[in-house]
Amino acid sequence: MNALHSTAAPPSSAAERETAIEARGITKIFGAANGFMALDNVSVAIRRNEFFTLLGPSGCGKTTLLRVIAGFEPPTMGVLSLNGRDISQLPPNKRPVNTVFQNYALFPHMSVANNIAFGLEMLGKSKSEIKDTVTEMLKLVQMEHLRSRRTSELSGGQQQRVALARALAPKPEVLLLDEPLSALDLKLRKEMQIELKRLQHETGITFIFVTHDQEEALTMSDRIAVMSAGKILQVGSPREIYAKPAERFVANFIGESNFLNATLAGDSVTLDAGGSFTVTPPEGVADGEVSVLVRPEHASVRAGEPGAGELAVTVETIVYSGDATTLHLKLATGETFKAKQPNAPAEAGVLPAEGDSAALTIAPGAVTVLKD
Amino acid sequence: MTDSALASEPAPGALEAHAARQDSRNRWLLSLPALLIIFLFASGPLFVMVIYSFLSPGDYGNVKWDFSTDGWVNVLLQRDIFDDTLMWADAHLSIFWRSLSLSLITTVLTLIFGVPTAWFIATQRPGKREFWLFLVTVPFWTNLLVRTIAIQELIRAEGVINNVLLALHIIDEPLQMMFTDFAIGFGMTYVYLPLMVLPVYAAVEKLDFRLVEAAYDLYASRWTAFRRVILPLIKPGIIAGSILVFIPCLGAYVTPRVLGGGKNLMFGNLIELQFGAGRNWPLGAALSLTLMAIVMVALIYYVRITSREEKKDV
Amino acid sequence: MSEASLTTAIVEERVKPAKRRRAYNVRRLPGFAPIALFTFFALYAPLSILVFYSFNAGTSLAIWEGFSLRWYQQAANNAQVLDAAVRSLLLAAVSASVASVAATMAALATTRTRRFKGRTMIYALINQPLMVPEIVTAVALLIVFAWIKVATGYTGMIYLIAAHTAFCIPFCYLPIRARLETMDDTLEVAARDLYAPPLKVLTRVTLPLLWPGIIAGYMLAFVISLDDVVITEFVKSAGQETIPTYMLGQLRRVVTPEVNAISTVILVAGAVLVTLFFWISRGRR
Repeated sequence: MNALHSTAAPPSSAAERETAIEARGITKIFGAANGFMALDNVSVAIRRNEFFTLLGPSGCGKTTLLRVIAGFEPPTMGVLSLNGRDISQLPPNKRPVNTVFQNYALFPHMSVANNIAFGLEMLGKSKSEIKDTVTEMLKLVQMEHLRSRRTSELSGGQQQRVALARALAPKPEVLLLDEPLSALDLKLRKEMQIELKRLQHETGITFIFVTHDQEEALTMSDRIAVMSAGKILQVGSPREIYAKPAERFVANFIGESNFLNATLAGDSVTLDAGGSFTVTPPEGVADGEVSVLVRPEHASVRAGEPGAGELAVTVETIVYSGDATTLHLKLATGETFKAKQPNAPAEAGVLPAEGDSAALTIAPGAVTVLKD
Repeated sequence: MTDSALASEPAPGALEAHAARQDSRNRWLLSLPALLIIFLFASGPLFVMVIYSFLSPGDYGNVKWDFSTDGWVNVLLQRDIFDDTLMWADAHLSIFWRSLSLSLITTVLTLIFGVPTAWFIATQRPGKREFWLFLVTVPFWTNLLVRTIAIQELIRAEGVINNVLLALHIIDEPLQMMFTDFAIGFGMTYVYLPLMVLPVYAAVEKLDFRLVEAAYDLYASRWTAFRRVILPLIKPGIIAGSILVFIPCLGAYVTPRVLGGGKNLMFGNLIELQFGAGRNWPLGAALSLTLMAIVMVALIYYVRITSREEKKDV
Repeated sequence: MSEASLTTAIVEERVKPAKRRRAYNVRRLPGFAPIALFTFFALYAPLSILVFYSFNAGTSLAIWEGFSLRWYQQAANNAQVLDAAVRSLLLAAVSASVASVAATMAALATTRTRRFKGRTMIYALINQPLMVPEIVTAVALLIVFAWIKVATGYTGMIYLIAAHTAFCIPFCYLPIRARLETMDDTLEVAARDLYAPPLKVLTRVTLPLLWPGIIAGYMLAFVISLDDVVITEFVKSAGQETIPTYMLGQLRRVVTPEVNAISTVILVAGAVLVTLFFWISRGRR
């Protein structure tokens, strides 16, 4: 099992990283043979000491996959292995994998300390070892002063931390977190995001995190798997997923998107609305008609007639959101386009008004061809 | 990644099926003690009773192992002792009629008194509600026999009612209330009233009073609101209460025995007679099975109605 | 009108108290409250009379001759009464215990699960004693036990215990099942996640939380067994009286207020148990 305080530098090369959890062809069908397919031939390799996130809308199968890894759902097909060992047939109480549940599932008839001690007791650890580990855990999540409290008397944030401590105490190989922050209010949630990241670095345990909040996923993860309808659509670092989404669903789910029609010729793409851009087309996309993605923050708008390299647009709506302004535009082709730009200090009259004609500049390198 | 370490994949669905089978087996094993006890000492004997209903009565009670359908025939018919013709067993028929009518009357009476009581309790403030619930529950948990004896004390010839009436010179001689159908009906109403109150209370407690407010908002009178909104909503509770009263009434034994004496028999007493002085065990068995059949029919009717109500709500 | 009197009139108008209007109470139905209160009175009047006359110094059940505890003393010194009381309590304790264990196991098996094969059948069988009239069960048991008694010659308490346990099981089952259904089952999932073997999950998580339901079931079964008349009457062998069967027998002969005394004791015991029951179910919510 991993040491709690890993002082080694985070693994950097692929060779150094070893695979912790590997799922191969996991399929899960609920009900009879033609029942609901929650997971469709899912394969993914999650590395040691990684903060890995399963991201997707409700019903995409992320929680089902988590439960398969934890051992609460036997897969209909496929193999699950931990550190190279096949664990598909192991019951959950024999897998060195622990879960932080969405509703925390703290034992109401036990105190905070006894909750944290529970897993250690079940593993048959000695009384002194249990006592030391519990104290260590309480310090880790900053709950020492509440060790004898009944869990039903704690606030949501406090319960969350106890649930974390309880799952970390037995020092598992992998920690599973099932949307643990969804019940917290915004400020607390942001604090806990930083907390969780810190915990993962300190303990060096592989974290598998499930969420539907794409911003959360982008902030916290080393790598993200975007899921939809039981399939994994793309696995990559937050940067990769954001900048180079593999397909339309991923692009749409993460961040804001503009989809435009264009024509691809080799490594150059020409927008129907005008302008040519150099691109690296993804594999399997032929020349001809394609869809491209442009992020709103990679485009800028100014009032006036379009010059060279600029596109003619009409401003439909302007939305002010404190730190930035989003302009909803209409292109000459009739396509809509959102442009987002930060608000410069004390700047009035530089932006066009609603209804005006304006000029749109798309930054070079901002165009990504989508595999549709 | 070490391919060799990965075991060969199990067949599709095999893991799930195995887990499901284990789960099912464990649940059956856990239920076994309860099932065994009930089968041996409640359900199983009923089957034995079926067998006994087709035997012949023994000379000193119990049975002779000779096949006979007399047990069943004698439920409704009797043989004339002189010319051996079959005719209606009037005694039995009057007993069936008494049981049915008294049970129905009791159910109606408990409805009349029980529904307002349940309504009253459920519409109290939560703190006071517990007090009234407690008050209604204590008689419910009191021995049936004690409650029957209490009624007996009231209506006996030397009982309280007669004493009061005599003392007030309203009557000259004690009224004969004991050992009449009236006594049995009165006693059963008293004894089974809590059984009507509790389910109706449960239904009223769940009632969403905003619906009633909506009715009044739409110009309904109190009576119309009760008839068109409240009553349909608490109907499941009323039906449950009616069944909970009607069925025990049909099979009542203690109350008719104490209050009705030996002359006014109900179904239960008739059955008991066959195992006592009547010495006709097969007939007793047949009568019991008949009673059970009637109760089953009533229960099936109840289930039908309630599932229809549930479907209507959806 | 002069200015002064006009001002006075206006001031008076303002000072006059607004006519008090009672809020429209949707929970009130005309006539229901009086009927309800009358019903409560009617429920307790006969019982009160029973209790009252248990303290009667005379032998009549209706003519008051002064306060006395003689009937309680007589009952307490009556060997038959004591024998019946001991037997009733023993029978209730044993039957309720066995029934609670069996019912707890059955409730764990049939609750909080997706449909498994035979679940409705198990459920129906467990509740079967509630659906059959007592007299029917009583004679069926009479028949079967008579046969066994003749075959083995054994006439001990085991028949009564078996019969009582059987009809106590559904009464235990219902409150236990009700409690189990309100319990969050992710707790057991969490316990398994934390390496607890199935037995430990049961003893460390499920049972401690289920305990109030089990107690409620036990109490219910205890009272049901204590109160049972019909089945006990048919199943008992000669000389095996319980309090209810003793009283039933007494009613055939000359009735003395001893019956009232015993009834009062039963009534008070019942009230105590109901209070306990309410206290438990309120305290643990």
